Amino acid sequence: MSRIGVFICHCGENIGGTVDCAKVAEATRSVPGVVHSVDYKYMCSDPGQNMIKAAIKEHNLTGVVVAACSPRMHEPTFRNAVAEAGLNPYLCEMANLREHCSWVHEKGEVTTQKAIDLVRVMVEKVKRNEPLQPIHVPVTKRALVLGGGIAGIQAALDIANSGHQVVLVEKSPSIGGHMSQLSETFPTLDCSQCILTPRMVEAARHPNITLMTYSELEKLEGFIGNFKATIRRKARQVDEKLCTGCGLCTTKCPNKKIPDEFNEGLSTRGAIYVPFPQAVPNKPVIDRSNCTYYKTGKCKVCEKMCPTSAIRFDQQDELVTLDIGAIVLATGFKIMRSDKFPEYGYGKSKDIVDGLQFERLASASGPTLGVMKRPSDGKEPETVVFVACSGSRDRSKGVPYCSKICCMYTAKHAMLYKHKVHHGKAYVFYMDIRSAGKDYDEFVRRAIEEDDVSYIRGRVSRIYEEDGKLVVMGADTLQNGRPVEIKADMVVLATAVQSQDGAEELAQKLHVSYDPYKFFAEAHPKLRPVETNTAGIYLAGACQAPRDIPETVAQASGAAAKVAGLFSNDELTREPQIAVVNRMPPPVWSTCVGCFLCQSACAYQAIEQEEIKARDGSVIKTVAKVNPGLCQGCGTCVATCRTKSIDIQGFSNEQIFAEIQTL
Amino acid sequence: MRIGYYPGCSLLGSSREFDESVRAVAQAIGLELAEVPDWNCCGASSAHVLDHKLSLSLPARILAQAEAAGLTEVLAPCAACYNRLTSARAELAADPVLAKEVAEVIEMPVTGKAKVVNVLEVLERFQDTIKARTVAPFGHKVACYYGCLLVRPPKVVQFDRPEDPMSMDRIMKVAGADPIDWNFKTECCGAAFSVTRTDMVARMSGKIVANAVKHGAEAIVVACPMCHSNLDMRRPEINSHLGADHQLPVLFITQALGLAMGLDPEALGLHRHMVPALALQPVAAKA
Amino acid sequence: MAESFEPKITAFVCNWCTYAGADLTGTSRIKYQPNVRVLRLPCTGRIDFMLLAKAFSRGADGIIISGCHPNDCHYTSGNYHARRRWMVYRDLMDFMGVDIRRITFSWVSAAEGGKWAELVNEVTTSIRAMGPYTAYKAMVAAGVE
Repeated sequence: MSRIGVFICHCGENIGGTVDCAKVAEATRSVPGVVHSVDYKYMCSDPGQNMIKAAIKEHNLTGVVVAACSPRMHEPTFRNAVAEAGLNPYLCEMANLREHCSWVHEKGEVTTQKAIDLVRVMVEKVKRNEPLQPIHVPVTKRALVLGGGIAGIQAALDIANSGHQVVLVEKSPSIGGHMSQLSETFPTLDCSQCILTPRMVEAARHPNITLMTYSELEKLEGFIGNFKATIRRKARQVDEKLCTGCGLCTTKCPNKKIPDEFNEGLSTRGAIYVPFPQAVPNKPVIDRSNCTYYKTGKCKVCEKMCPTSAIRFDQQDELVTLDIGAIVLATGFKIMRSDKFPEYGYGKSKDIVDGLQFERLASASGPTLGVMKRPSDGKEPETVVFVACSGSRDRSKGVPYCSKICCMYTAKHAMLYKHKVHHGKAYVFYMDIRSAGKDYDEFVRRAIEEDDVSYIRGRVSRIYEEDGKLVVMGADTLQNGRPVEIKADMVVLATAVQSQDGAEELAQKLHVSYDPYKFFAEAHPKLRPVETNTAGIYLAGACQAPRDIPETVAQASGAAAKVAGLFSNDELTREPQIAVVNRMPPPVWSTCVGCFLCQSACAYQAIEQEEIKARDGSVIKTVAKVNPGLCQGCGTCVATCRTKSIDIQGFSNEQIFAEIQTL
Repeated sequence: MRIGYYPGCSLLGSSREFDESVRAVAQAIGLELAEVPDWNCCGASSAHVLDHKLSLSLPARILAQAEAAGLTEVLAPCAACYNRLTSARAELAADPVLAKEVAEVIEMPVTGKAKVVNVLEVLERFQDTIKARTVAPFGHKVACYYGCLLVRPPKVVQFDRPEDPMSMDRIMKVAGADPIDWNFKTECCGAAFSVTRTDMVARMSGKIVANAVKHGAEAIVVACPMCHSNLDMRRPEINSHLGADHQLPVLFITQALGLAMGLDPEALGLHRHMVPALALQPVAAKA
Repeated sequence: MAESFEPKITAFVCNWCTYAGADLTGTSRIKYQPNVRVLRLPCTGRIDFMLLAKAFSRGADGIIISGCHPNDCHYTSGNYHARRRWMVYRDLMDFMGVDIRRITFSWVSAAEGGKWAELVNEVTTSIRAMGPYTAYKAMVAAGVE
């Protein structure tokens, strides 16, 4: 038999001023099942809560309704109070008399009547509430970080330093990412590799971090705290235990014509190579698609030359399966290439380069050792034009968003150029200058005032080659749109930042949502920027949206904090308002017919198949089962079920029908 | 093969040689031209700057007439007519309410069934025939000038690469010419400023001629009456502005092909040009 | 003839968007007509359209269903399921003779306090003009025979 207690709050004048609380309490007293109905000024206060606790004990209440503000406000408060009095917290509900009643209606009989209705609805619901226990799910305290750029490295280090195991997976042969390709970083003009390589080494040597380079995620199964990740460790064709990193093989490889990815195609490398001198791990890799031995069966010079006989041509890819508790996605970005610009010659000219190529030209470890030489003929460029917003903020190029980092790196590039070629002329064609970070605007002003970079506000409509020069046709909108034509020796396009290749496939493997540009989606744009909608998978860095290094590092640490928080418990506690498929005694076992419509409706892959077996092991029927670790309690499956075999604890069909009945 | 034919006003007037050469080449390659019955002016630039509905109704009527005559494709050699017909067709297809209003104006149905093609598209289909019929390979360096209307706006005409088109280059190559790589393929010639600001045309078309000459062209090949007019008829102003004496002729694509196929130069209208073009004979013809 | 009929409107709303939006209406003290009774659900995807039938049979004159905007569902896709179900169900209801003008399906986000008030006022006014929904009970009774 139900013994419900109703507690009506005046909330000072907030409710009491419009609703006749005493009358509501009186009306509720006559509802069958209600044994105690009072009103009070401030229910959430200490005396108010004590009143509820005392009443529970005194009247042996089996359920409580607090009629006050919105449950989104104080449901946890009252559930806690109720729990302290020994009653299951899920037997406490709130009726919203403030936001949905007193604050939106005029004082009067009608409003009071509405308040009475709202309270009665919740009384009927509570009568049918079941005591629920929070769900406990074990947690594997090992994190998987996908991506070995600065985001992945930072996240891995933070998680490892908080005492947990981390596996850092990177698909290229070395960690470091795009940051390792940069020459100097804004706004300090720090040498990029100088600040990055110590972190790379730390990550490689950290006792809690297992580095898997030249590896990719093959498959992921499971749920938060209990993932099973299968990693494909691609064959380097080198025995890493024997290899000393001497590099002799890379100098002897006869096939040296392969475009070097690290130098963005500005130089070539051999088929056996180390991506860059500071690579971590500093072990070479054979590029099988370009290796003479794999194509024709001849050569093997590297094997002959290796002093420790570390080359293994028959080495195979290895699949490793790991138990993982949380995943951090840090797969980074790519940039648009110059061949996407018909108006700039379809990428024909070697002297029209993109931002990363310019970084390599400016870098002391780059193809020109940091000397400013243009790619086509090696001449020192005397006039360089920088085109900002190339592709970004342009719907016709499919990139309506701003790539965020280009205004800053364009100023940086112009400054680097001027530092190396003092008498050179640098022009920047821009639309707006977005330099919103700390010391950022001062940095851009420096380029203009100290390094004499000319900023022209206008876009470039066409670039063509004539007489060994690049004719840049733009406009100066601050001078009434006057056409500007500059004959440049080199042009640097600040091309759009785009999502990484393969981002969509990876997101689908992980069941993570992504936006139309294939950037991974955060759980909430304002308040949950490092989580995804998939429990246990977090985001760090540019794989979520274009961003610069300081923000990436901050976000990576944020993701690491979430992971550490998750790992700080041995068990995960979850709200128990989840779906359950009914189970009954034999011979029915369950009214579920095994159509699994619920499974396809579930956005969280929380429905599994369960075989109900007879004593001899034969399968009687296959029914649906909800994974309590994954279910988020949305109820879509309940509405989809044709036989009404699945229901949500806390929002069951019976409860909602009862609510409707009262109206 | 049979195709609808819309000459438009300029092909009957100042660019008569384009019409003559199109007809001559069509006959040589076995293409029957069925002129759209009772066709009207497409509205050109005047209509679309003055009255939106008029600028749609005029092309709509032309296409409706073509459909009534059972024609599914209409060849419009004049690039401006081609652009107006294609744009109007696209706009009416996207706006059924507007299409209904226009149908009431022209008192004929607007269905969008008749497609509009330009002369380069059609010639590309006959590549093999042209190659087979080439008796005197063109053998000169040519600058293929596309102008603006054949390839823009890219989403509407959906023809060739908007910044560096190659269709004319390909056809000229088939006819034995040597198309040069140059930078002014789609730069504006000055268009209708020919009348109001001839000085501007001298400058803009001057740039085009100068670049063609710089890259070694012996002739400029065009597929648009306006381009032809500015590059040919305005040559004295161009030369005066450049302080030069460029005599390289401007040929319509169909004239160049006609020469390569051994057709009579006068039948192709080569005698109508301002800059003498009769002297430019295919190389092999000398043999 | 004084028309003193006050319609009963039942609203099925999702916890994350519309309920929060309605809370915002309250916090902003925007007033609206008091005829609506809000029933909280975790997600519009939870709504089994039998609930609507039940509401009508219990005397509701009008129903509002409201959830997160497409693409914003807290549970990723619940509102898409709701929308799909609604498309099919609406035609079915219409076919059976239910007055589907009395059901309003809408999206109100947690930031749209004003929109919620507008929606409630609009629906209440239009249902008041339509009069009480006695036809439903009559229809059900006829079916039972």
